[in-house]
Amino acid sequence: MNRIISKKQLSADVYEMTIEAPLIAKSRKAGQFLIVQIDTDWGERIPLTIADADPAAGTITMVFQTVGASTHKLAVLSPGDSVENVLGPLGNPTHIEKFGTVVCVGGGIGVAPLFPIVQAMKEAGNTVKVIIGARTKELVIFEDRMRKYADELVIVTDDGSYGRKALVTEPLREFCEADPKPDMSIAIGPPIMMKFCEKTTAEFDVPIMVSLNTIMIDGTGMCGGCRVTVGGETKFVCVDGPEFDGHKVDFENMMIRMRSYKDREDRDHHTCHIGLGIEPHAAPGGK
Amino acid sequence: LAIPVQEMPTQDPAARGKNVSEVALGYGECQARLEAERCLGCKNAPCVRGCPVQVPIPRFIEEIQKGDFKAAADTIKETNLLPAVCGRVCPQEKQCQLECTVGKSLKSIDNAVAIGRLERFVADWERENNKVTVPEVKPGTGKKVAVVGSGPAGLTVAADVAREGHRVTIFEAFHKTGGVMVYGIPEFRLPKSIVQAEVDILKKMGVSIETNFLVGRTRTVKELMEEDGFDAVFIGVGAGLPKFLGCPGENLVGVFSANEYLTRANLMKAYDAEKSATPIYQSRIVAVIGGGNVAMDAARMALRLGAAEVHVIYRRTRDEMPARAEEVEHAMEEGIVFDFLRNPEKILGDDQGRVTGMEVKKYELGEPDASGRRSPVPIAGSEYIFDCDTVIVALGNESNPLLTKTTDNLDVDRRGRIIVNEDQKTSLDRVYAGGDIVLGAATVILAMGEGRKAAAAINTLLK
Ligand SMILES: Cc1cc2nc3c(=O)[nH]c(=O)nc-3n(C[C@H](O)[C@H](O)[C@H](O)COP(=O)(O)OP(=O)(O)OC[C@H]3O[C@@H](n4cnc5c(N)ncnc54)[C@H](O)[C@@H]3O)c2cc1C
Ligand SMILES: Cc1cc2nc3c(=O)[nH]c(=O)nc-3n(C[C@H](O)[C@H](O)[C@H](O)COP(=O)(O)OP(=O)(O)OC[C@H]3O[C@@H](n4cnc5c(N)ncnc54)[C@H](O)[C@@H]3O)c2cc1C
Ligand code: SF4
Ligand code: SF4
Ligand code: FES
Repeated sequence: MNRIISKKQLSADVYEMTIEAPLIAKSRKAGQFLIVQIDTDWGERIPLTIADADPAAGTITMVFQTVGASTHKLAVLSPGDSVENVLGPLGNPTHIEKFGTVVCVGGGIGVAPLFPIVQAMKEAGNTVKVIIGARTKELVIFEDRMRKYADELVIVTDDGSYGRKALVTEPLREFCEADPKPDMSIAIGPPIMMKFCEKTTAEFDVPIMVSLNTIMIDGTGMCGGCRVTVGGETKFVCVDGPEFDGHKVDFENMMIRMRSYKDREDRDHHTCHIGLGIEPHAAPGGK
Repeated sequence: LAIPVQEMPTQDPAARGKNVSEVALGYGECQARLEAERCLGCKNAPCVRGCPVQVPIPRFIEEIQKGDFKAAADTIKETNLLPAVCGRVCPQEKQCQLECTVGKSLKSIDNAVAIGRLERFVADWERENNKVTVPEVKPGTGKKVAVVGSGPAGLTVAADVAREGHRVTIFEAFHKTGGVMVYGIPEFRLPKSIVQAEVDILKKMGVSIETNFLVGRTRTVKELMEEDGFDAVFIGVGAGLPKFLGCPGENLVGVFSANEYLTRANLMKAYDAEKSATPIYQSRIVAVIGGGNVAMDAARMALRLGAAEVHVIYRRTRDEMPARAEEVEHAMEEGIVFDFLRNPEKILGDDQGRVTGMEVKKYELGEPDASGRRSPVPIAGSEYIFDCDTVIVALGNESNPLLTKTTDNLDVDRRGRIIVNEDQKTSLDRVYAGGDIVLGAATVILAMGEGRKAAAAINTLLK
């Protein structure tokens, strides 16, 4: 079960992993995610988006960034190994329809979960404009894949080492100023990026969907750990989301909640680097 | 009637607040036989009427008196498949023991025959001495039954249906089987190895178990029946939707549902901070809101995870608490503070969004309500600030809508509970349901009772 078929390092700390999961491959839709646990007795359950799937081969692909203990442990597994527990597909699929022009913004690792949405939006007959943002050149992922589907593709980096030196909100603003203005926009990335994308689109009255990446445990609506405030109401990201109307999300509260276990994570982060012999942000990996 | 109630040995309260080993240690053989002697073997057996599954109580106790513990265990299992669990977690003082003649004639429920402890004793004796017999399974019928959820309801259905020779597959969303018995009820009250032993028996009976399988998402009920060839489906997905307070501040950092807190602590074993990867909030003063078993479990777990002070905040008084009497007693012994007739109005936080306290209002008891309990009435102007850094909301669970929403034409009531007929059949043909998803948050034994009824109906259907 859940045998790893292939693993690729996409950038310094981003990995792409394809695993056998025929049922999930068959039923998943764009925007849905998994809960992955590496060790049944002691492991943490972590949410990862299904970046791609091949129903015929019975495989699914996830792209993840090594940020803490669990993602590092996942990264050291090799083809042939198995991921002990994989649950999915979870969450509501992205609402796909022919909107007209859709702007898709992906920041950092958020580019991976954005990809199936770009694909589906294009297939639904939309004009799709894509913005990829990253800290630096090494961290730009999925460029080729996006190019296949995007009508327009803009890449920005914080340090200007690739594409434009800008934040994603700059090209987003330009797309919003264009005529006709976008009928829909989607942002996936760090909460702070989504928050500023929301602000930008709000100025132009452009609707925005955001995919929230809160802390989760069960992913089935049982624990409430993933809750966020949307439009003044408490919602569970795993079952009510993960996508919400960005204009209604209380990002401040969400960012605060995501730091709930910061102390513990910092400790783990430290010990796991020692334990696994991995340097954070090690030498850039080959593509 | 001369023999006093045999007290069950327990771990020392001071020591047990620091470990997660079982608190109640169970009877030894002598004690069990002494306690059994207290039973009068009443002809009309009022105790049996108090038990939701009608365990033949006088008969099994008679076997203990004779010293035939195996026969006692087999007698219980005629109607109750999980005696080691029920002996530990049933609210006996409201069920079998409430009706006991001995208790009544000694004018105190505390003097009733300790039926639960005896039940636990024989089940433990049977397991520890490797005397458990795997139930006989009839020759294969070629029929397939899907059981959704591996809580007490699902496990019961699986056993009863497998016995008839049908092929049973249990689908469980979590990575471990047992439902609330593994993720909710803590190790110190119900060791996980006991639940595992029950699941192992099912495996020996040929039941397949698919963990990490969320029915409604991984496959729908319809797909299981139309594409995967299941002839009948039992839905035992539990309640599993935590209630929150609905008051300001409930989304601050440091506010948890008891489900999250207990899942991290039990299923993910956060009590072993070195080995477990799951993080748990470091708390100093914990306020647990609620008065049921869930609240007791959360409070006692918080203590074991290192909190300096744990308060249970409850709107009514001890008499109205729905928790099992033994758990309340144990919690008090362990030093949990009970703040009765209190309810939070608002949770307060600092500029980092972390909990710093609660605004609490005082209550008094008013007239009895429809349920006969005296209802709490707020006292105007009685608000005060209670300092704490963690709030655990343990107000119980409502029905998780995931499965019902992804299953067309499955009728549910206003509160999302699946509607069933007297055979536990739902509005869909060949689909049955039972346990908390039908009853609302109830008990292990009631879930099992519904499972037995559903299994009987499924077995009739597939004849
Ligand atoms: C619906 C959903 C989909 C996701 N999809 C992906 C994906 O496709 N690829 C991917 O790499 N990540 C994804 N994430 C984030 C991913 O779950 C976290 O990175 C992961 O849980 C971190 O686990 P860890 O044990 O390695 O790190 P931890 O030790 O738990 O955390 C290390 C650091 O990461 C931060 N962190 C913790 N949890 C999250 C989180 N949920 N989101 C962002 N930062 C977090 C912590 O604050 C800390 O600084 C998704 C999250 C959600 C909720
Ligand atoms: C903390 C706590 C303490 C309790 N203490 C006591 C006590 O002392 N005594 C007592 O009698 N009762 C107690 N209860 C109540 C008792 O545990 C429940 O009434 C009982 O477990 C209900 O059984 P069930 O089979 O209906 O469902 P559950 O035990 O809830 O099991 C349902 C299972 O189904 C799984 N599931 C849910 N949805 C899906 C899906 N779509 N697909 C696949 N699987 C799914 C869940 O993961 C879960 O494992 C307590 C409950 C809690 C939460
Ligand atoms: S199953 Fe529960 S109620 Fe019935 S006899 Fe046993 S302990 Fe009592
Ligand atoms: S009512 Fe009490 S004394 Fe009578 S048979 Fe039942 S347990 Fe024994
Ligand atoms: S992850 Fe538990 S409710 Fe969403």
